Amino acid sequence: MNGVHDMGGMHGMGPIQYESNEPVFPEAWEARVFALYRAMRAWPKWTGDASRHAVELIPAPEYLSMSYYEQRLHALIELMVESGLVTRAEAESGKAVPDSPKATPALIASAVPAMVAKGKPASREVLVAARFTVGQRVRARNLHPAGHTRLPRYARGKLGTIHRDHGIHVFPDTNAHSLGEKPQHLYSVRFAARELWGEQSSERDAVYIDMWDDYLEYA
Amino acid sequence: MEVPVTMRAAQHDHSHQTVPSDLTLRVKALESLLVEKGLVDPAALDALIDTYEHKIGPRNGARVVARAWVDPAYKERLLTDATAAIGELGYTGGQGEHMIVVANEPSIHNLVVCTLCSCYPWPVLGLPPVWYKSAPYRSRAVIDPRGVLREFGLELPQDVEICVWDSTSEVRYLVLPERPAGSDKLSEEELAALVTRDAMVGVAKVKLQRPGADR
Repeated sequence: MNGVHDMGGMHGMGPIQYESNEPVFPEAWEARVFALYRAMRAWPKWTGDASRHAVELIPAPEYLSMSYYEQRLHALIELMVESGLVTRAEAESGKAVPDSPKATPALIASAVPAMVAKGKPASREVLVAARFTVGQRVRARNLHPAGHTRLPRYARGKLGTIHRDHGIHVFPDTNAHSLGEKPQHLYSVRFAARELWGEQSSERDAVYIDMWDDYLEYA
Repeated sequence: MEVPVTMRAAQHDHSHQTVPSDLTLRVKALESLLVEKGLVDPAALDALIDTYEHKIGPRNGARVVARAWVDPAYKERLLTDATAAIGELGYTGGQGEHMIVVANEPSIHNLVVCTLCSCYPWPVLGLPPVWYKSAPYRSRAVIDPRGVLREFGLELPQDVEICVWDSTSEVRYLVLPERPAGSDKLSEEELAALVTRDAMVGVAKVKLQRPGADR
């Protein structure tokens, strides 16, 4: 979706607010939101792509005024309501409706180290032909899907070169919407800064963007 | 820029500062609801927080960088299969399942960003700082990397090629900074102590004198 989250190349967001010795969690509630967000993924009722999309669906003015963990809190509630784990009323009141079934088993503390160390690889061991090869010139397609995509607006329609083939990865545009993993080749594509931003850029500089086969066409 | 970043460093004006009590209460209510429904175990939440507060952070990445500086064979493995080479040191898992390491050279400087959200290589750098997740960095790193680096106090000559890596997939990027001149006699451990988080994101270089804590 052409949301405000897709902000690469925008001006007007202000200076970078650097903070020395910033704690991992500046506020205690942020740590709890982080942990709730991770722990609830373990069920598993939604994909990482779906949780990114839930953040993108926050209306633009609110998205920009919320801190990172406020956005995750908002998204987590939406994901839990949508998947039926809690009702909207429960999320608002903080109280379970009487006689609601007790879910089991939740992620337990002793399972955390293994979960953290293992992660969730996005690569898939399936045979899918690559449409492009390293060194090939390609064009990023001019797509504007209303749903989730990882094709940034600033690259659409631009010419680049396949720099590396990362192998076969899950396709976020379908995976976020429970439309299947649609595994396909993922590439690192090099775009000259001048192709993206014009003459104002250095002729040497470049932006490398990871792009799936479905984002690319022959140049 | 109107104010050098170093002068603004002490400020603490994130939006979350203005509304903490309300959020504290909301999160507490949500957690108690989820515990009541059996959906989360508070001990697991504590374990997750402890892991990312105390066990996983930029010291991991610094050890990877120092090893690459002293061991050319390791460096080669790191640049060909970063996930496996980083795994050799015991750093694996969530948000680091597919690692790529990009090496700075005298004529090449690498910078990592996620313009669409805040993707960051957790096993080697821990959780990202607020500035990395913020709109100013995400919006401008791709269009004006030289201006962004200048805000961090890093002025690069025009003949240096800047490569910006926009983390749009599940692949995560780590910058291998240049080993500072004059560090020949330092041990691997002493070298690791010089490597900063910022240098591994690409907004700083590694200096012989470490600027302080986790920069």
